[in-house]
Amino acid sequence: MSSAAAKKARPKYLSLPALLFEIRLPLPGWVSIFHRVSGALLVFPFAAWLLYMLDASLASESGFEKTRSYLGLPLVKLGALVFIWAYCHHLCAGIRFLLLDLNRGIELPAARRSSVAVVAVSLLLTAYFGYKLW
Amino acid sequence: MVKRVVVGAHYGMGDWLAQRMTALIMAIYTLIVFAVVVTNTPPTYGTWKALFAQGWMRVATLLFAVSLAWHAWIGVRDILMDYVKPDGLRLALQVLALLLIASYLGWTVQILWR
Repeated sequence: MSSAAAKKARPKYLSLPALLFEIRLPLPGWVSIFHRVSGALLVFPFAAWLLYMLDASLASESGFEKTRSYLGLPLVKLGALVFIWAYCHHLCAGIRFLLLDLNRGIELPAARRSSVAVVAVSLLLTAYFGYKLW
Repeated sequence: MVKRVVVGAHYGMGDWLAQRMTALIMAIYTLIVFAVVVTNTPPTYGTWKALFAQGWMRVATLLFAVSLAWHAWIGVRDILMDYVKPDGLRLALQVLALLLIASYLGWTVQILWR
């Protein structure tokens, strides 16, 4: 007697297409997965990239000037912007997770508000540093 | 007394706590660097070199780098444990990640105490 609509395929596994197109994460879920993605990006390639620039800029006067003009290239600036976003998001989301570990803002409405704050603050910080960069 | 339990709950507590403490150290360092950068005019080679010649800056940056290495290792390990199921591949990737992080640390020391 079951209708066609009720006959969904069961059990349902978390396939990649399902993750990408069917499951809709709430904002705290996005904050969480982007915390992971940004963390991975910061380990590689951004940590290596920053060390490379720090090395060159401290090595000699010409190295410093080279690094400065290198940072002036549009594509490099774009890469720097992605780094800035990854750092700001990882930091802001990390502070939120530390507070959640301390049971601060653990209720659903507060947790939703703080996830909005994380996204907003990290994007504003990215815009600020991006503005300074350009 | 040393308790060696390799399965069950609680054995990850030390790593969990270490990741949070190192996060705190890096957040404080970030605030210091942010304050230094915001209150100064864009650096010249002289001021940039002088900044990293100071003892406190070298030690603070080293503490940051050690915290980063420890924090990143736990994070990368967790990601690999979550997504890479074949044991051999996961072990290989974990060794690669450790080598990468160790070389970052060595590079940082080399840059700071040249």
